[in-house]
Amino acid sequence: MSDQLFGAMLQSIIDGAPDKAAELAQQALANGVDPLEAVNRGFAVGIKFAGDQFGCGEMFLPDLLASAAAMKAAINILEPEMLKRGSQREALGKVVLGTARGDIHDIGKNLVATILSASGFQIFDLGTSVTPEQFVAKAKEVDADIVGVSALLTTTMAGQKAVIEALDRNGLRPRVKAIIGGAAVTSKWAAEIGADGYSRNAIDALELAKNLMGKGTALT
Amino acid sequence: MRPRIQLLSAELIGRILREAFELLMNPGVRVGSAVIELLRSAGVEVNDGVARIPEPLVQQCLASAPRNFYLYNRQGEKAVHYGDDDVHFDPGSCCVQMLDPDTLEARPSETRDLVRIVQVTETLPQFAAQSTAVVCNDAPSAIGDLYRLLVVLQHSDKPVVTGSFSAAGLEGMIDLLAADSGSPEKLRQQPRAVFDVCPSPPLNWSEFGSHNLLDLARAGVPAEIVSMPLAGGTAPVTLAGSVTQHAAETLAGITLHQLAGPGSPVVWGGAPAIFDMHTGGAPMGAVETAMLNLACAEVGKHLGLPTHGYLVATDSKFVDAQAGAESARSAMLGALAGINMISGAGMLESLACFSVEKLAIDAEWVASAYRLVRGIEVRSDEVRGETLATAMFAQTGLSGEFLQLKETRALFRQEQYLPSPVIDRSARGSEPPSDVFRRARTRVDELVSKCQKLSLPEDVLRKFQAIVDREADRARVAAALPRN
Repeated sequence: MSDQLFGAMLQSIIDGAPDKAAELAQQALANGVDPLEAVNRGFAVGIKFAGDQFGCGEMFLPDLLASAAAMKAAINILEPEMLKRGSQREALGKVVLGTARGDIHDIGKNLVATILSASGFQIFDLGTSVTPEQFVAKAKEVDADIVGVSALLTTTMAGQKAVIEALDRNGLRPRVKAIIGGAAVTSKWAAEIGADGYSRNAIDALELAKNLMGKGTALT
Repeated sequence: MRPRIQLLSAELIGRILREAFELLMNPGVRVGSAVIELLRSAGVEVNDGVARIPEPLVQQCLASAPRNFYLYNRQGEKAVHYGDDDVHFDPGSCCVQMLDPDTLEARPSETRDLVRIVQVTETLPQFAAQSTAVVCNDAPSAIGDLYRLLVVLQHSDKPVVTGSFSAAGLEGMIDLLAADSGSPEKLRQQPRAVFDVCPSPPLNWSEFGSHNLLDLARAGVPAEIVSMPLAGGTAPVTLAGSVTQHAAETLAGITLHQLAGPGSPVVWGGAPAIFDMHTGGAPMGAVETAMLNLACAEVGKHLGLPTHGYLVATDSKFVDAQAGAESARSAMLGALAGINMISGAGMLESLACFSVEKLAIDAEWVASAYRLVRGIEVRSDEVRGETLATAMFAQTGLSGEFLQLKETRALFRQEQYLPSPVIDRSARGSEPPSDVFRRARTRVDELVSKCQKLSLPEDVLRKFQAIVDREADRARVAAALPRN
C-alpha cells in the first residue's frame, strides 16, 4: 500500500501536478504515513529523478518548474504535521540569493531558487539589483550557509566580486560560501574573484550547493 | 522577379497589431520617469510608472515617423538606405570576448581587436555599415561606450550602428558624431550613425531606454528600437505571441520617440529569440529565432517603417559547421525578407564572443544572400536579343564551346558571385587542403594589411579629445585617444 502511494507521489512530481501531489500528501496524512517518510521515499525521489532527467536532456525547464511547484504543494500540506511531530525535514542549508547590483535579469536566479527550495534548501531571495551591503546584512540576519549572486551582464559581473569582497570584509567567509552564476559567468571568473563555486545551470547549482554543505570545499 | 519569403498572412498581421494595441492599454507599459510628463501631456494615463497608451495616439505617432531615411558615410554620401526592401548587413555588437585564433579560447576583447574588426569590415563591401562590435576591456569601463565609437570613427568612413551603455553615455557619443560630421545640424541632416535602444521584456521601457529615446529624437539622430522578447522566457512561448509582444514594445517606443521629436528617424528593429528550455539561454542560431526576426520585420514593413533584425550569428563556440550553417541560413532568410539592416555577423556563442575570422566567412554568406535575392534575371540586352539560350546555341551549335562566347565573358560576373579564397572550390592538389578557419585567418591578415589608415583632420581629432576628456572627467577616469 505504502509503496504504491510513494510511487504515486514520485509520479506526481515527475508529472508536475501540484493538485495531485497535494491530494497524495493529504492521503498520506489520513493514512497515518509518517510525513517525513512521504517526502523522503516519495516526493523527494521524484524531484531527484526530475533533476536527473533534466541533466540528460529528457526534461526541460518548464517541466522542472512544474515538478518544483508540485513539490512545494506537497510540502505545504506535510509541513504542519512534520512540525507537530518534531520530525521536520532538516533544511539542507540556508541560501541567500539575489542578482548583482544593477542587474534586473532574474530568470536564472529564480530557477536556482526554485530548484534549491524544492530540494530542501531554505531560500532567502533578495530579488534583483542587490547591493553587497544587503547581501551581507541578510547573510548575518539568517545565519546563511551560502550566498549566491547572479549576473547576466558582463557589466554587472563586477557586482559579484563586490559581494565576495563585502563578505570577506565582514568576516563571514570562509564559513559562508559564495557562489555565482549567470550567462556570461565562467569558472575562470569564479576563480579570479575567489568564489567558492560556480555552476552553469540550476541543476548544477543544486549539486554545487549540496557539495558545499557536505564537504565545505571549494568547487570551482 | 525578386525572391521573397513571407511568414505572416495579412490577416495574422492584423491580429498581431490588434492584440499589441490591446497590450498597450492592458496591462500597459512600464515607463521611466523621464517620459511620464511627456506622456501625460499627450493625454496618456500613467499610474505607478505604468502607462496605458491608447491606439489613436500610437497611430498619430506612426504617421509622423519617416518611411525611410539614409545613413551617410564620412564623405557625406548616402551609404545605407533604411526603407523599402533594401538589405544591408553590419557586424553584431556588442561582445566582451574575442575568440583567440591561436588558442581557440575566448579572451576579453581589447582595442586592438575592435580596430581589426573595423578594418576588416571597412574593406569588405558586403558590410554597408560598421558596428561598435566589442567592448574594449583595456579602456575605462565608465566611458566604454564612447570609447568604442571613437575607435570606429578613427578607423572607418562607413556609417555606424551603435548604442550607449547609459543615459549619460549617449550625450558624449552624440557630441562625438557631431564633431565628426562638423556640427549637430549637419549630423541631423546627414546622420552617420543609428543608435540601438532596447526595451526590457516584457513591456518595460526602463529609465535608461526611455531617456535614450528622448535624447535621440531631440537630437534628430536615428534610433533603432531593438525589442528582444525571449519566447517562453520573457515573452509568450508561441512565436505569434512573441511577435505580438515585440510589436507592442516597439509601438510604445515609437510613441515615446515621436512625441519627443516628431519626424525624427526611427527603425522597427529587433533581436527576438526563443528561450532555450534546457540552457535558459537565447539561441541566436535557432531557426525559430530567425523566424521571429522575419515575422517582426514583416509587421514593421506592413506599417511602412524601416526595419532591422538580428541574424547571421551562431550559438557555437567555434567557427565550425554549426556556425556556418546557422549564420548562412539566417543571412539568406533575412535578405529574402528584405530587412533593411541585419546585424549579427561575426558573433559566436549566442552573442557572447566575437570572431573576426567568422566575420570574414560570414561575408561570403552575405554575398550569397545578396546573389540569391537578385534572383534569376532574364537579360534583354542587345548581345543576345530576347532569347534565353537559342541565340547562344545559334553560335555554338552542338560544339559545346560556351566558354569562348563573348556573352560568357560579358555576363559571368553578373550571373555568378565570385567568392573570395575563404570558400574552397579547388580540386585536390599536392598541398594538403586547409579548412575554412585557416583560410579565413589568411584572408583577415590580407584585408587588414590592405586597409588604408585614415587621417582625420587635426581640428576633428582635437574636438574628439576634448569630448573624451570631458566625459572622462565626468566619470572620474583618465582616458586618452586610442593610438592608431
